[in-house]
Amino acid sequence: MKESELSQEHRRYLAQLRRNKRKILFWQIASIIVFLLLWEIGAKTKIIDTFLFSCPSAIWQLFLVYLENGEIFMHIGISVWETILGFVIGTILGILAAVILWWNETLAKICDPLLVILNALPKTALAPILIVWVGAGIEGIVAVAIFISVVVTIMSAYNYFITVDEDKITMLKSFGANKWQILTKLILPANVGNLINILKINVGMSWVGVIVGEFLVSRYGIGYLIVYGGQVFRLDLVMMGVFVLAVCAWLMYAAINFLEKQITRQLFH
Amino acid sequence: MKENSLVHLDNVNMIFYRPDDALHVLYNISMNLHEGEILGLLGPSGSGKSTILNIVAGLLAPSSGQVECHGQIGYMFQRDHLLDWRNIYDNIMLGLEIQKNITPQSEAKVERLLKSYDLWDFRRHFPKELSGGMRQRVALIRTLAIDPDILLLDEPFSSLDYQTRLLVSNDIYKIIKQENKSTIMVTHDISEAIGMCDTIYVLSKRPTNVKAIHSINLTTADEKTPLTARKAPEYQHYFDLIWKEMMQYEGK
Repeated sequence: MKESELSQEHRRYLAQLRRNKRKILFWQIASIIVFLLLWEIGAKTKIIDTFLFSCPSAIWQLFLVYLENGEIFMHIGISVWETILGFVIGTILGILAAVILWWNETLAKICDPLLVILNALPKTALAPILIVWVGAGIEGIVAVAIFISVVVTIMSAYNYFITVDEDKITMLKSFGANKWQILTKLILPANVGNLINILKINVGMSWVGVIVGEFLVSRYGIGYLIVYGGQVFRLDLVMMGVFVLAVCAWLMYAAINFLEKQITRQLFH
Repeated sequence: MKENSLVHLDNVNMIFYRPDDALHVLYNISMNLHEGEILGLLGPSGSGKSTILNIVAGLLAPSSGQVECHGQIGYMFQRDHLLDWRNIYDNIMLGLEIQKNITPQSEAKVERLLKSYDLWDFRRHFPKELSGGMRQRVALIRTLAIDPDILLLDEPFSSLDYQTRLLVSNDIYKIIKQENKSTIMVTHDISEAIGMCDTIYVLSKRPTNVKAIHSINLTTADEKTPLTARKAPEYQHYFDLIWKEMMQYEGK
């Protein structure tokens, strides 16, 4: 329906909605600006120790330098590439493993203690071992990212799979469905929303893996910038790394959100 | 085995074993379903009525006894179990899809079912947009789409409110009779059983056994439906009789 065809009250309601949305956006942006301004003023008036906290203008200047010589793109490129690799491989492997466990209940019971321990363990503790095993380059860092996301994926995807309504499975069986059909016609489609949530969590998990990996071994990447800045007490470099990281993670999250909208639209229209 | 009987159970026993006890659910159940008949299993809740249906459907193997079943089974459950992510049409096609039996004929049949039972206009809608009664009709058509010879209905109306329940049972009764399906229906509602069934098996509580078999013959002015059945002169008689039996077997 076109807006001109709507009743006056309806249009007023829509206008109200838009006003609210604008108001929220305004305050979101305003709070960031106020925060940065206070930080900058605090630094200039020496209330804040710039050696420990740096200040927005210095961070921005440094960012421009890295932007001009193009170095920042290399660091972002490498980290993003590692994260995407870790994310994609970790998610696919995790979901595959969860499907296998769903398929074979005995295997799931055998693996249960292992999974519980792996899940309880801070997975970053195994990062040094993984890097020694796999190699101290991108492959080691990606391995850490995969490992961190794969364990969470297996645990949560498997739990989602086994909580699908038992009666619906009986319904499919009454039509003579085999296990593969139960998987593809019920278990997976019933969990599309949950699997997308796993993707969202895995973006974060993969970044944890990549940054930890880069802290341990690397000459490039955002994690390297941060740890190097910390070692030489260049807090502007650390802060810049953190900001760049935040923007990258946010963009990837937004991409998943976009994907979610596309999938839901396809499914329900 | 009797002539023209589609489902035949002979002294079927079902015992479920658990670590610290054994649950004797069915005790020497014998039963015959004849062509075109609606057979009602009436018993207290928890009496293993659904277990009988699961055995007939081949989803459970009995601990002992004979089960014979001649024909394709269509099973309709207490809840509609429509899949949220499929529209009405795709939900109805589910059984045919699983049996890899989507042909121009089966599609034409589904189209006819949708049209005759007022769901054609809703075929592109999603389950969440439909009322409980409509969803239950969709579930029945999904079951009928595979062209079953024997229908199993497991308390198909118990999730509906009272008024909808009367109307939907009326609808579904007409559909079953029109499509001429032999049916086994589980219920714990005496009036529903009298209104819909040709034969009623009264079951005891666990271990469930057949306590009485009633043939229902009602004199109705028009065609018999669950709604007109309530006005039949014999209705009260059957109700009192079965009521007394159920009170007795439930030990109340």
